[in-house]
Amino acid sequence: MINKNISQAKQPASPYVAETPWLDPKAKPFIQIKGLSKQFDDFTAVNNISLDIYKGELFTILGGSGCGKSTLLRMLAGFEMPSAGQIIIDDVDMSGVPAYDRPINMMFQSYAVFPHMTVAQNVAYGLKKERVAKLEITRRVSEMLELVQLSDLAKRKPQQLSGGERQRVALARALIKQPKVLLLDEPLAALDKKLREQTQFELMNLQYQLGITFVVVTHDQEEAMTLSTRVAVMDQGQFVQTGTPTQVYESPKNRFVADFFGTINLFDATVISCQPNEGTASYDIKAKLDKTGTMVKAVGESLLSPASTITIGVRPEKIGISHERPEGDNLTIAKGVVEDLAYYGNRSIYRVRSESGRVIQVSAQNYQRSEQLSLEWDDQVYLSWDSSCNVVLTE
Amino acid sequence: MNDVSGPKKPRYSQLLGDKLWRNFVIGLPYFWLFLFFLVPFGIVFKISLADPIVAQPPFTALFDFGANAKSWLHATFDNYLFLTEDNLYWISYFNSIKIAGISTLLCLLLGYPMAYGIARSTPTVRNVLLMLVILPFWTSFLLRVYAWMGLLGKNGMVNGLLSYLGLIDAPLEMLYTNGAVYLGIVYTYIPFMILPLYATLEKMDLDLQDAAADLGAKPWQVFVDTTLPLSMPGIIAGSMLVFIPALGEFVIPTLLGGIDSLMIGRTLYDEFFVNRDWPLASAVATVLLIILVIPIMLFQRSQQEKE
Amino acid sequence: MNRSSRFVFSALCFGFAFLYLPILVLILFSFNDSSLATVWGGFSLRWYSALLNNEQIIDAALLSLKIAAVSATFATILGTMAGLALTQMGRYRGRLIFTGLIAAPLVMPEVITGLSLLLMFVSLQELIGWPVSRGASTITIAHITFSMAYVAVIVQSRLGSMDQSMEEAAMDLGGRPMQVAFDITLPLIAPSMLSGWLLAFTLSLDDLVIASFTSGAGASTLPMVIFSKIKLGVTPDINALATLIIGTVSIGILLASWVIFKQNKRHKEG
Repeated sequence: MINKNISQAKQPASPYVAETPWLDPKAKPFIQIKGLSKQFDDFTAVNNISLDIYKGELFTILGGSGCGKSTLLRMLAGFEMPSAGQIIIDDVDMSGVPAYDRPINMMFQSYAVFPHMTVAQNVAYGLKKERVAKLEITRRVSEMLELVQLSDLAKRKPQQLSGGERQRVALARALIKQPKVLLLDEPLAALDKKLREQTQFELMNLQYQLGITFVVVTHDQEEAMTLSTRVAVMDQGQFVQTGTPTQVYESPKNRFVADFFGTINLFDATVISCQPNEGTASYDIKAKLDKTGTMVKAVGESLLSPASTITIGVRPEKIGISHERPEGDNLTIAKGVVEDLAYYGNRSIYRVRSESGRVIQVSAQNYQRSEQLSLEWDDQVYLSWDSSCNVVLTE
Repeated sequence: MNDVSGPKKPRYSQLLGDKLWRNFVIGLPYFWLFLFFLVPFGIVFKISLADPIVAQPPFTALFDFGANAKSWLHATFDNYLFLTEDNLYWISYFNSIKIAGISTLLCLLLGYPMAYGIARSTPTVRNVLLMLVILPFWTSFLLRVYAWMGLLGKNGMVNGLLSYLGLIDAPLEMLYTNGAVYLGIVYTYIPFMILPLYATLEKMDLDLQDAAADLGAKPWQVFVDTTLPLSMPGIIAGSMLVFIPALGEFVIPTLLGGIDSLMIGRTLYDEFFVNRDWPLASAVATVLLIILVIPIMLFQRSQQEKE
Repeated sequence: MNRSSRFVFSALCFGFAFLYLPILVLILFSFNDSSLATVWGGFSLRWYSALLNNEQIIDAALLSLKIAAVSATFATILGTMAGLALTQMGRYRGRLIFTGLIAAPLVMPEVITGLSLLLMFVSLQELIGWPVSRGASTITIAHITFSMAYVAVIVQSRLGSMDQSMEEAAMDLGGRPMQVAFDITLPLIAPSMLSGWLLAFTLSLDDLVIASFTSGAGASTLPMVIFSKIKLGVTPDINALATLIIGTVSIGILLASWVIFKQNKRHKEG
């Protein structure tokens, strides 16, 4: 729905940015957060967070309710003053700078579209406060409305708009200020599922075209995965893990991240041996699953002493499911009974009770077109996965 | 980063003006209430320590730095002592508390089922009924009290109706009695009871009552076990909204009450306007305020809980 | 209908009859030709014409209207500011005392408020020579003081239910606090400011006790005149006056709530 023709909108052309600036030691961060904390009476909402965000990133802060992500966003916007620490944006220290003087705009979760103003007046509000000339305002507003395809609704009041239209008003209203950073608070939470998927792509396109740095706060891990260049998983006021969506998904740092960011099967295990892998910084680990005694191989990031307890995680989609026992090296194999299955059309989710008595979740693509399910309740099945899929979790 | 100069300092624009605006919005109403609400209480207390004299204004100064002054501070507790000596004041205070208390209870007894009925009716009916509760609140309090004078008088409607029906031979003495005072207070203050009660009852989750009934409670048990305790904030707020102003009521005992319907508001008014003893009136007011401290704090707390 | 709902229903009927019958009787008897309160002497408008010729009452009514209009306007301004100060301004020193100062006038017995304000005016006069005399101006100040608390409570509850992010969004788009207040907050709370004004107006129009304390020799408001008349008993021309006042206020309130109702409906229908 977002108009691809963006050249008419007076946005600065996005300069070339490296695909992965966070890996480049010479790259200069655009937003620097240094030792940021926020204390509310006896509650620490944000606890000593440091973070660099680079120009043109679409950075997502992901966490459950009460993890401090909204407080962090509000500190960036200038609605809350930090108890300690510093926020630097484009080389300017934001301490003591009120919200209305920051080169940042925000799209609110409720969209906060002013109910007593028309769509055009809403979009024009920020420019009016900048004392931009009237003609210029008219021109830029109509360009912006064009960009978000709201031109026909310019004279409407917000009560007459749908949720998706309101979202675009809020977006246009923030973007027309040409902010250095756009903050988005749960940008898609108020939309229904179909609209959400569509809007998600529009947001990404828009961000890519305008080159504005986006910082998104969300509790929805799917949203975080599809939108972002990088994700920070937040819990109890701190970042648990920061990285690209693939990094966080495939190599979660601990049980919390593994469980929060997607679904995972977790097995308690004991380390048998741990040896450095020649030529890499990683370690080859052999471990025994506590319940079944099955031996598994995995690759870890740190040296573990034998007999120490770890958790082995396997994502449901990495597990193969079949009636026949599969053959192959490096496979971990378990036998079980299909206890539950859910058919989603494109894929099916199976809950298989293994011989050891625990339930393993498997997600399998439905390759074949058939009106019969290839697997049924109470079927005897074999589960198998490559040992490279084993994720070693130490916390 | 090896940036020696560190991040640039931001450009401040008109922060001073923003601070001024904030101070103005907070300061002006604060100052007004401070000057015309809080300070006057201090003055009442100050004058309650003075002696009455025939002069303009009719009381002695608290501080006297004149050459003839025996001492610079001229404070006396005589007024407070006098309050304890004369039965009139004891009776007035006691009567006020009794009348206000019983009236509050009556308001609760009538107001609770009304609020309950309003909260449980369909939205349209509810709005109409609410309007009907609020409407008298907007119309003149004085005239609504006056309406009862016409009804209760010796030649009033009620007596007329009763004798027409042959129920009485001689007109009943209804006006200028304590009963008329109770009636007047309940009549004028019942909207203050119904509205907060309605507010809590309306918010209450009906499922709770259904759940209690489902678990085997009889209707009255459902009421005692769930509805009543959950509506306690409304009961407290409503009761205080009735009790506190009723305690100091002046118009109702004066217009509807008899000579023996002594209430402290009326005593204070007479002390001030008839006897022109300002210091004693101030002492009466100070003691009344002390009596009110606890109910007012109760009310404040119930309001804060609401927030 | 079961037993308990029958009880609730009869309580409602009795309650509303109790609230409205006296007023209806009063209105009825204002059209009574007889001057006796119990005897119906036929329909007549004589008490209304007597009222119109009563200069004392007309003067008092005009004075009361003037005081009510001025005090309601100032009370709305100050009360709105107080409402903003209590909800939108975050923390500051003395906020707790401020909360108390707003809530206390709502429940303070009128005799205390009236007495304390009078003594305040007397002391001020001694100290700085102002106010020179007591009358309309002192009554107005007194009325502003207690009705601004009512306005503040109404405005405060509206602000409390408002989406706070509206104002934050305006600030985020570059609105300074004062601009945000005038661009966003005030338009959004305008309906509650209007009902605050109406309430302040009727409170002022209705007040007897505080006006009696703070008035001087010359100025008598309408309630003061009415009170001095009815202290001695029922008089039919006051019935007529009461009918006029109650009628005007009721029609005004019904009209206002109808307008608000229509507006809400339009908003909802969108």
